[in-house]
Amino acid sequence: MSAFSDITSLTLAKARQSLRAKKISARELASAHIDAIAAARSLNAFITETPEHALSAANASDDRIAKGEARPLEGIPLAIKDLFCTEGVRTSAASRTLANFVPTYESTVTRNLWDAGALLLGKTNLDEFAMGSSNETSHFGPVINPWRARGSNDDLVPGGSSGGSAVAVAARLALGATGTDTGGSIRQPASMTGTVGLKPTYGRCSRWGIVAFASSLDQAGPMTRTVEDAAILLKAMAGYDPKDSTSVDAPVPDYEAGLEAGVKGLRVGIPKEYRIDGAPPEIEALWTRGANWLKAQGAEIVEVSLPHTKYALPAYYIVAPAEASSNLARYDGVRYGHRAAKTGNLIDLYEQSRAEGFGREVRRRIMIGTYVLSAGYYDAYYLRAQKVRSLIARDFADAFQRCDVLLTPASPCSAFAIGAKTSDPVSMYLIDVFTITVNLAGLPGISVPAGVCAGGLPLGLQVIGKAFDEATVLRTGRALERAADFSATPQTWWKL
Amino acid sequence: MSVDKDTVQRIAKLARIALDETQAAAMEQELNALLAWVEQLQEVDVSGVAPMASVVNQRLPMRNDVVTDGGYADNLLKNAPQCEGHFFVVPKVVE
Repeated sequence: MSAFSDITSLTLAKARQSLRAKKISARELASAHIDAIAAARSLNAFITETPEHALSAANASDDRIAKGEARPLEGIPLAIKDLFCTEGVRTSAASRTLANFVPTYESTVTRNLWDAGALLLGKTNLDEFAMGSSNETSHFGPVINPWRARGSNDDLVPGGSSGGSAVAVAARLALGATGTDTGGSIRQPASMTGTVGLKPTYGRCSRWGIVAFASSLDQAGPMTRTVEDAAILLKAMAGYDPKDSTSVDAPVPDYEAGLEAGVKGLRVGIPKEYRIDGAPPEIEALWTRGANWLKAQGAEIVEVSLPHTKYALPAYYIVAPAEASSNLARYDGVRYGHRAAKTGNLIDLYEQSRAEGFGREVRRRIMIGTYVLSAGYYDAYYLRAQKVRSLIARDFADAFQRCDVLLTPASPCSAFAIGAKTSDPVSMYLIDVFTITVNLAGLPGISVPAGVCAGGLPLGLQVIGKAFDEATVLRTGRALERAADFSATPQTWWKL
Repeated sequence: MSVDKDTVQRIAKLARIALDETQAAAMEQELNALLAWVEQLQEVDVSGVAPMASVVNQRLPMRNDVVTDGGYADNLLKNAPQCEGHFFVVPKVVE
């Protein structure tokens, strides 16, 4: 079976090199990706395609390259999760509420990318308001994983919430993509699509202009096919922004520089609480293999304990909905967003517009959040969850006394069938069991493709680092990538 | 703790989301399943633990209290479902 065209299979790093050496033009590169996107509409990875935008930016990039004025990402075509506001380009958050919302401003992260010379191919599909773990809650329909189990034609989920971005990267529809990660929404879909996904430290990338879900947990990050590409993209996305009061004014290192330095002498912690009952044995086997790969490259493996791990998911499902209920109060049908057609008084207008505008999962989370913040329940739920969150952060601080990074699985399962988990919210929430702790503690984490399950579907390993130590996370991720030598690609069954 | 039908409608009112009978019944079940699941947090000893509101260990930045931005009335109204001049239009609220 014919695989991908040579040009869309380039890594971001290689494409950058070829553009600078004038072996390919930015226009050629953009066109190849535009064609690939058009041929892959059955995957439903994009909510809005912006080919004219990409082509005119590519022409400008070619001019700059000709004049020797290329910027760090000059001519690199990217896919952007449809949660980042893009000036003049619809930003829907995959919700009916924002289905016609066209921002008049640009998010800081995307502004940084365009200022670095990258160009926009389109806006990718996601779970509605990023609330979901399988990309099945989108108002625009589910995203289909390009991977299929060996011998099967069943459609699988790509993970979520950044499912469209993960698929755009996995199916060679973009050289890289942006995602956002509140409980695992970058790392978990990366694991399920055989791609690399990095959630930076909270505060590393500005949240300004990103549609808010849970403000104390949300963080933007890169999704790519290699660790090197993630390093390149993060460098361009990150940085202090006075418009986000939680963005941290710390220098952004050159993440590419130390990437190949290896893991000799690095202490890698294995948290024993991440061995969970009921996880498939192949997950545990892959984890052991990962530890052995790092050991073989000179790392020291140490067992550590994160005793409050089992409380992370329930704490998250109080804190995140509480923040969401507050953030989503702004969708009132008055200033922007969906307004119900038939309404009586102003209260009816609010209640009907919100009932029609929000899907079932979003409504459920707003309701839970409203309940746990309501009078009489605040202490029992919200305050207690925030205290548990402190304990989870303390667990990590203690573990990092004994090690430099942690190695864990990225997801307890490979990609599953569409609809398999939608009837039981808790079983869906459990997919984020290995990633959610990292958001609660605000730490950086990366998922790197490390192997395949018995059915031939990709599985990722996660490296967790100390706050603002993305450099070590990337370096360890690179060491895993080198050892895993993950070369499997999905069959191109979707191509028109 | 669990919620009954009346509580569900009260929360829906607070959340400004209209729920019909069927939706409210389903929501009651879903919320109770979630509340039963998060109940395990009660077994954690949190005595003497400070609640975490932010993972960023820094003071909120301060700036001078002066106007630094604005003048975009047209932009602000661009996505309004209904407006007149530089005003958002809502159903009549004062009789």
